[in-house]
Amino acid sequence: MNLVIALLSTRTYLTAEQIRATVAGYQDSPSDEAFSRMFERDKNELRDLGVPLETGRASAFETIEGYRINRVAYALPPVELSADEAAAVAIATQLWESQEMVNATQGALLKLRAAGVDVDQPDADVAITAVAMPGLRGSEEALGILLSAIDSGRAVQFSHRANRGAPYVDRTLEPWGVVTYRGRWYVVGHDRDREAPRTFRVSRIGDGVRAVGPDRAVTRPDGVNLRDIVHRAVSEWPAGEQARVWVARGRATSLRREAAGSVPSIRDGRDGDELSLDIGMVDRLAREIAGYGADAVVVEPESLRDNVIGRLRAQAGQAVRR
Amino acid sequence: MSNVSNRLVRLLNMVPYFQANPQISHAEAAAELGVTRKQLLADLNQLWMCGLPGGGPGDLIDLDFEGDTIEVMFSAGMDRALRLTSPEATGVLMALRALVDVPGVVDPEAARSAIAKIEAAAGAAGGSAAGAPTLADEDVENQATAAVRAATRDRRALSIEYHSASHDTVSQRVVDPIRIAVIGDRSYLEAWCRTAEGVRLFRFDRIVDARVLDEPSAPPEPAVQAGPDTSLFSAESADPTLPSATLLIDASVSWMFDYYPLRVLRELPDGGWEAAMTYASDDWMARFVLGFGAGVQVLGPPGLVERVAHCAVTALAAYGVSIGE
Repeated sequence: MNLVIALLSTRTYLTAEQIRATVAGYQDSPSDEAFSRMFERDKNELRDLGVPLETGRASAFETIEGYRINRVAYALPPVELSADEAAAVAIATQLWESQEMVNATQGALLKLRAAGVDVDQPDADVAITAVAMPGLRGSEEALGILLSAIDSGRAVQFSHRANRGAPYVDRTLEPWGVVTYRGRWYVVGHDRDREAPRTFRVSRIGDGVRAVGPDRAVTRPDGVNLRDIVHRAVSEWPAGEQARVWVARGRATSLRREAAGSVPSIRDGRDGDELSLDIGMVDRLAREIAGYGADAVVVEPESLRDNVIGRLRAQAGQAVRR
Repeated sequence: MSNVSNRLVRLLNMVPYFQANPQISHAEAAAELGVTRKQLLADLNQLWMCGLPGGGPGDLIDLDFEGDTIEVMFSAGMDRALRLTSPEATGVLMALRALVDVPGVVDPEAARSAIAKIEAAAGAAGGSAAGAPTLADEDVENQATAAVRAATRDRRALSIEYHSASHDTVSQRVVDPIRIAVIGDRSYLEAWCRTAEGVRLFRFDRIVDARVLDEPSAPPEPAVQAGPDTSLFSAESADPTLPSATLLIDASVSWMFDYYPLRVLRELPDGGWEAAMTYASDDWMARFVLGFGAGVQVLGPPGLVERVAHCAVTALAAYGVSIGE
């Protein structure tokens, strides 16, 4: 603590000797060696905490290097958050459960408060419940390890599977960053085995992620836009095509809500409406339509109609087999 | 981070914190700093002994904390908060980004501008994580969502139009908001439904319309005490009083395990699984199975099996297809 204060307040560089002589806590060092060790330990601790230590010579005549902390580099730049923005931050930080991420965000909140930002303890209005459905975002533990590796510039090794039915494959990645895209996390980097950039969904990474190799071994190439890489890797094909589906009166609510247009229509003596729907993801739409059984009938396109009929046949066929 | 480092960071930030929050009480300060009152006192006493080199009375940090509140008399140059480290910046930014896309949890516009400001303040430290490009119209919160959020925050009753998936209807009802819950990937309004006379979870993307009412939200106290009932979402906490379907899941739809609370009973030699899933609505479950076609086969209970078979046959008839073909 005293070391930081001294190094912040000095206008020139303080040598180790000067520090030893004037900074409380070091004067009682029993020997040169004890002081050296203590001083090294303290310097390393400060570096780990992100306190920027600068070295240099106090003057042209000074042969020994000294230390100081650049006030500008040390401090959090002024931040002002509106009440709504601060509220959003307070709620968001409740997302984390793992000790590592909780500590990190609590640390951030403390610094923000120290900078005068009014981030209150959030009310109990929003509860982020931990429910065991791990497939969605992915393990916080894996995320923590990845972020830590990215921070130190280390490569990572992990096992990854394309989907739940596929086997795990070991990968070695030089990670450049983690991107949040449509609520999912993706780690992007240089895949050493495939010798090309790759994107991996964090929720598909297995336990046992580990950082390997030395610090600063990984550098992110210039001009690489992580968001673009993920967007291209992950995007669905644009919709464009529309379907026409007849739905019975008072039924198929979810289809009705999605419909771009609706026209009353009678089919087989039943009242209903013909809906125009953007197709989007065919699998999802076909599943939804098939679920409504006789209450939703595809008029066109033929491919969607066949898809739905195929599902219904499979279910009816199972019944016949019994 | 070790305890020693944690303490050092706290000490480094405490003086600017007290300067920014003058006359703050011991209790509030302890809560915001994340320590006990006793630890706070120990920290304050420690700070009192720190100061500029020289060690004279004018060099030491001076704090007045004898009464209920804390005041900084001399900071010894410790006026600014330490800048954010990479894990700190990333932790806040990623949390904000994860929740921006979940309706009703945070005000999306406020969240996005908070992200921009914190990114700017963090500088290079925020670089390990990035978010998706934002589109202008994604910022505007849906009117119904905003109304629900406002009602929950201000403790007012709500009139909502809700699309119930289990009953395949949209109906209007008056509810008393309790809290907003994020379960898995989605957000829900946990509220006392006056019609059903019970606590219900209303999924935000199924709240078609919402109007804040002039009366206060007054859910019965026992309902507020209990947390949200998430038994239908989690395979582990299945409600034994509800029916459970036995399903054969084909390998091609293995992704289902990520989205639905399926309990694996056994793995099958062809790569599929036999699994169980608790459900509350026969109608919903039948639709669920039917939609998956060849991907899912229902083995039980018998009533459900019959229902699915019947629906499939009548649906095929609507297409003019008979099973023999």
